[in-house]
Amino acid sequence: MEARLSSRRSFLALAALTPLAAWTVTACGTSGPGTAPVGGATFWSLTGEPNESIRKKSLDAFNAANPDSKVVATAFQNDAYKTKIKTAIGAGQAPTIIYGWGGGTLKTYAQAGQVEDLTGWFDANPDVKSRLFPSSFGAATVDGKIYAVPTQTVAPIVFYYNKELFAKANAQPPKTWDDLLALTRTFNDMGIAPLSLGGQSRWTSMMWLEYLLDRIGGPEVFQAIFDGKAMAWSDPAVLETCAKIQELVTANGFIKGFSSITADSNADQALLFTGKAAMMLHGAWTYGGMKHDGGTFVQDGKLGWFDFPTISGGKGDPLNTVGNPAQYLSISAKASNAEKEAAKKFFKDGLLTTDEITAYISSGQVPIVQGIEDKLASSEDKDFLTYVYTLSKNAPSLQQSWDQALSPTAAEALLSNIDQLFLKSITPAQFAENMNATLGK
Amino acid sequence: MSAASLRARGGSLGWMVLPALLFFAVFAVLPLLGVVALSFTNWDGIGAISMAGMDNWLAVLSDPVMYNAVWLTFVIMVVSWLVQTPISLLLGTFTAGSQKYRAVLAVLYFLPLLLSSAAIAIAYKALLDPNFGLAEGLGLPFLAQDWLGQPQLVLFLVIFVIAWQFVPFHTLIYQGGVRQIPKSLYEAAEIDGAGRVKQFFYITVPQLKYTIITSSTLMVVGSLTYFDLIFVLTAGGPGNSTRILALDMYLTGFRANLMGPASVIAVILVAVGLGLALLLQRLGGKNSGGSQLEGL
Repeated sequence: MEARLSSRRSFLALAALTPLAAWTVTACGTSGPGTAPVGGATFWSLTGEPNESIRKKSLDAFNAANPDSKVVATAFQNDAYKTKIKTAIGAGQAPTIIYGWGGGTLKTYAQAGQVEDLTGWFDANPDVKSRLFPSSFGAATVDGKIYAVPTQTVAPIVFYYNKELFAKANAQPPKTWDDLLALTRTFNDMGIAPLSLGGQSRWTSMMWLEYLLDRIGGPEVFQAIFDGKAMAWSDPAVLETCAKIQELVTANGFIKGFSSITADSNADQALLFTGKAAMMLHGAWTYGGMKHDGGTFVQDGKLGWFDFPTISGGKGDPLNTVGNPAQYLSISAKASNAEKEAAKKFFKDGLLTTDEITAYISSGQVPIVQGIEDKLASSEDKDFLTYVYTLSKNAPSLQQSWDQALSPTAAEALLSNIDQLFLKSITPAQFAENMNATLGK
Repeated sequence: MSAASLRARGGSLGWMVLPALLFFAVFAVLPLLGVVALSFTNWDGIGAISMAGMDNWLAVLSDPVMYNAVWLTFVIMVVSWLVQTPISLLLGTFTAGSQKYRAVLAVLYFLPLLLSSAAIAIAYKALLDPNFGLAEGLGLPFLAQDWLGQPQLVLFLVIFVIAWQFVPFHTLIYQGGVRQIPKSLYEAAEIDGAGRVKQFFYITVPQLKYTIITSSTLMVVGSLTYFDLIFVLTAGGPGNSTRILALDMYLTGFRANLMGPASVIAVILVAVGLGLALLLQRLGGKNSGGSQLEGL
């Protein structure tokens, strides 16, 4: 009896244990796509205001005008969506319209034959293409073929500063890297953090490397990495970039505790508008967030912005910028013909309509449509919007965010190594070595 | 019907295990075999699956991040056990008694049990924020440490939050255990002149032997799967300071799209979990199914 009992216990232990590990790897994304109406399409996108409402209004307008080819949308939280869409596509349960960021992830979809080639469709509809920013198509193109429609807004990375604190310190926005280092001393002496950073999110720290590498070595260095050239991360410009980062960390440039601050909670923005930090490098999308959350900070003109400082001896054009050239919509190759047609109709008639353009502008964002200078100039946020528009339009190179441009495998390794670089737990040489191992993956 | 007569007819009740067995086969054994198979392939979760032979195993077994993850998992397991067991045991013994206000206090102790891991993680993240957290709210600058941002400190913070979440659960187990102990044992001890402390060490603790084993098994095996809490609280950071095995598996599989290596980690996790559970069963002794109440 005792023996039987004990073997049954082991068996129960087995029963209790095995699923724990097995389950997490295998069972995910069990819910299928939303059911598409007859002759219509499904569309997965993101939650988060103001864009969720803006997209919904455009969809409602399109659906009202096209009762035979409706598009049904479901919204997911950003980070959860990134995992869910991957699993759904892998399981052959993707929605008709796939929301994404182009670049490396789109490339994996395209190579697996999971998304439609839209090159022919763009040739047949030249108007759709010609009204959008040409720079937005780079991240939608894989091996010369276009797999996604660029849409929504352009979001370069902008250097923000708190004008009130600069006035108190009697300081000017930094023009060079040395100016920036001098400012870190000024603000540290005043007991104010020089730079806000949501380091736990990691891509926030990555923006520093993107700009620095471009200023030091020009866009060619990352292009070589993107092309997977052997030892591309060992370029002297990469090593100098990493050394400069660690120099800034050592100088207490970033706010104390930056590695436990997240960008999802907008705590990094709050540090800037509450006057705890003087400057912040962040996406253009945070302007709307600070305007919304920061009381009258933005409205009172206390928020300033400047170009990323130059670096002596740097090869990059100071007009170059980095960020998200646009957001991207693809069509699932597994969708039925009727669903694909409905999606294409939506791409042609439902995206970036006049109302949608106005909505983006009034929320403090720049839609990727050419010839909207007048609209921007007459908006409430004309200073900022014109700055972002000119920055994006005049940039000889608008480098797509690295974690989007690279494959998911390389991007995850990159973020993990950047985190350690900022903690100074690895040296620039180790960073280069670790990253070289991911080239071509 | 008495227990004896049930046991006598035990043979005919064998079919009753079928649904559980079927469930176990479909939801545990099959996926597990799938994971083992996947560990020998290259797959990004989207494209075609190709054979990789031993490559994934060699890659994972030569990866310092994986060994670091195993070490962290081990540290969390041992320290969690050392912290949680005495606290739960004492609290459990206390709440099993009949003191004044006991019921009120017991309810307070059990509150964390009602919260989900994600909610606890978000709450602690907010409280521990060095700029807008508890220190700022209460005006206590000495609390304004970079709790979750320092590689040496963060692991102990995680262990603390885990203890905060799970001590109530184990307290409940011990409370039940203590209430099972016959009053006559204590009465006899009192007559023999044993004080409260002696009673605790010579009656309560030995009588709770199997409760301790149960609770320890849950703690040890559970610590292999602490995932949600750490994922939300630190996401494995800063650096790899809290990247435990379960998190390493998830990040490798679903962030880096490397299902092959992630499956290798999963197989290792299963092996470690099974090994530990069996070891704890052995610790209970061959007689672990026997009664402690002989003669009563």
